Amino acid sequence: MWHNWSVRIGGGALIVLVAIALAAPWLGTVDPTLFDAASRDLRPGETGEISTLEGDQLKHRFLMGSDSFGRDIYSRVLYGTRVSLIVGLAAALVALTFGVLCGLSAGYLRWLDGPLMRVMDGIMAIPAILIAIAVVALWRASLPSVVIAIAIPEIPRVTRLVRSLVLTIREEPYVEAAIALGTPTAKIMFGHILPNTMAPLLVQGTYICAFAILLEAILSFLGVGLPPEIPTWGNIMAEGRVQFVAYPHNVFFPGVFLAVTVLAVNMFGDGLRDTLDPKMAKRL
Amino acid sequence: MSTLDVKGLTVRLPKGADRPEAISDISFSVERGEILCLVGESGSGKTVIAHSIMGLLPKTLTLARGEVRLEGEELTRAAESRRRELRGARMAMIFQEPMSALNPVMRCGAQIEEVLRYHTRKSSSERRARALALMSEVALPDPERLLDAYPHQLSGGQRQRVGIAIALALEPTLLIADEPTTALDVTTQAQILRLIVDLQRRHGMAVLFVTHDFGVVAEIAHRVAVLREGRLVELGDKQAVLTRPRDAYTRMLIGAVPTLKPHARAVAEDAPVVLATNALSKTYVERGWLRRKRELPAASDVTLELRRGQTLGIVGESGSGKSTVARCIVRLIEPSSGEIRLSGVDLARLRPRELRPLRRRVQIVFQDPYRSLNPRRSVGEAIIEGPLNYGVPRGEALERARRLMELVRMDPAALERYPHQFSGGQRQRICIARALAVEPELLVADEAVSALDVSVQAQVLQLLEEIRIRLQLAMLFITHDLRVAAQVCDHVAVMQAGRIVEYGPAERIFLEPRHEYTRALFAAAPGRNFAFAPA
Repeated sequence: MWHNWSVRIGGGALIVLVAIALAAPWLGTVDPTLFDAASRDLRPGETGEISTLEGDQLKHRFLMGSDSFGRDIYSRVLYGTRVSLIVGLAAALVALTFGVLCGLSAGYLRWLDGPLMRVMDGIMAIPAILIAIAVVALWRASLPSVVIAIAIPEIPRVTRLVRSLVLTIREEPYVEAAIALGTPTAKIMFGHILPNTMAPLLVQGTYICAFAILLEAILSFLGVGLPPEIPTWGNIMAEGRVQFVAYPHNVFFPGVFLAVTVLAVNMFGDGLRDTLDPKMAKRL
Repeated sequence: MSTLDVKGLTVRLPKGADRPEAISDISFSVERGEILCLVGESGSGKTVIAHSIMGLLPKTLTLARGEVRLEGEELTRAAESRRRELRGARMAMIFQEPMSALNPVMRCGAQIEEVLRYHTRKSSSERRARALALMSEVALPDPERLLDAYPHQLSGGQRQRVGIAIALALEPTLLIADEPTTALDVTTQAQILRLIVDLQRRHGMAVLFVTHDFGVVAEIAHRVAVLREGRLVELGDKQAVLTRPRDAYTRMLIGAVPTLKPHARAVAEDAPVVLATNALSKTYVERGWLRRKRELPAASDVTLELRRGQTLGIVGESGSGKSTVARCIVRLIEPSSGEIRLSGVDLARLRPRELRPLRRRVQIVFQDPYRSLNPRRSVGEAIIEGPLNYGVPRGEALERARRLMELVRMDPAALERYPHQFSGGQRQRICIARALAVEPELLVADEAVSALDVSVQAQVLQLLEEIRIRLQLAMLFITHDLRVAAQVCDHVAVMQAGRIVEYGPAERIFLEPRHEYTRALFAAAPGRNFAFAPA
């Protein structure tokens, strides 16, 4: 798997991003919520002051400049990496879990197929972003509610994928052999069929992850995502949008991180697909 | 000058393959008006030879050495444009699977005309006329209508005829046929073989016929080339090779071909009845919102009886309903009506919950060894699954699995390994062990040896025979291959279109078939009148 260049580049970039997220406090950052009216709208690389919660004044070099409240963009972007990666991973896990359960049931238990898939069709008919906005509006905006809001529109896609895989795998002779051996239905579903759907699921998971990171940024940007005090790339960009012409760095740096992350996840997924399913790979 | 002259042809395999070369130093020639059969087991390189002659090698294989001369013209170093001119025009190919060899979204007539469009300057009406003539030549019924039909509207035999018509369109001097009848039923196969021989005589073509079936070889070949792992081990006149093989491998292969003579062994007529079906039927009902209900009977009124320690064969062509019967008996599908009595208990009406404890008494071995084992489970896990379901403790189940591995002649250490590490024959042995692990009374073999090479097939058949005797199993043997049926069955039921047309002791059926369909089936068996060298 590691021989594939897409996996190497995408995976490498992801490892760096995870390391950044984990090591954010030790990478020359300050608390991302700190601000100082004296250090507003600094350009990248300028030095200014920042006041801590205790009221001390600290000298700080603003590597990526500061925003109109005088907060350090560099610190906010780095801490934002945490939010983005958590949202991406959690949304993918939630969507996969529910999608797999629905897909397995719809594909293997014929009587459930019709009703369940019509519900999925219903969810598919509503634009993802509308569902997400509605869910966040129903509950208070928080990390779990945003994750669920992003995961729900993905569930039908996973369900469809799993169902189609199950429909082919259930006809395999080894499944019929298991039936003949008296294996209980649940064991056949989770012991024989599910493990054989894993490869395409894993790939689908990476795409969901990339989409979730993007959607979280979009929701935050629209102001319906995580509350503005939490540093997310979408929030930073939303706040910087007004002054984009004068101070483009407010949007530029989180934008670059967002683009690189989504690209890395997608590349990793593409590479994963090529190595897990060599038939799909491009001929070299 | 020979039509085709192959000298020292060597094709390299990519790194990491089981051998360095797909074919090594292959030399032979095919004369005008001659049929040369290339025979070999799977992986022997026979298709690679056919493809290297046509210049159709996949990119992963590289032609290392050797030359291919078509009517004296060297091909391996010819420009691709020249080869393209020759393909179709001077040499043409027929493929194994007629459905995938034809374009499913193009009408048959258009596919025949396509060859003419690229290689000739004929007008569209001339092309159509030629296509019609070709379709009559390959004896397709109602060519006018079939010209505008799509491949899926044709039967397998008709599709293969269209494939042959395409190959013949430009009157090639060399025809390469790559297992053209392997995917067809035996009666259709007989017709296609006759057609190929006819056309070959009429046009005086040279034919290179790739096959794994010695019956087919006996039927049509003039000369035979035997391949083993990419090397030519024997080349000679058909009579000489098939009746007096010089090479030990050829002798082994020919010896492994089962004869059509039924075995003569006494059957105990008073053994207890294990399986008795009574008027078993399966009808598929197709319902649609705006359509009338359609009933498709897959099997009707099947009444059979099988006693302990005996083998009952169900013989028939594809679509005859033989697999449907087998799957009903194992209760993989619901029978529509009738009884399935297993040692007296009727399984046909049992609900899943009532059925589960009884399932272990009937086990099945499937045709495709590559799909019969879960690729993500070790062999050991596969074998102990059944016993675990019936409450056997894990340690004991593993012990049983080890004993079974020895019974099917495999190393018990293989229990730790995964299915992809085994060959087709080995996998089939594992499947047999898995079925035996729950100590069934009835073993259903659904085309269980049909996908195997003839030498492996002989070993698996022998193994099944030993197991039947040793465990006094009742065996239901589903097959399309009359030779296999003759070798293993005590009783035979011949099925056609969902019904049993003839049923009786194997010896009686094989020696004096009464029903005309049975007779037609036997008449179609390739090489039936040929006396192969004894094993």
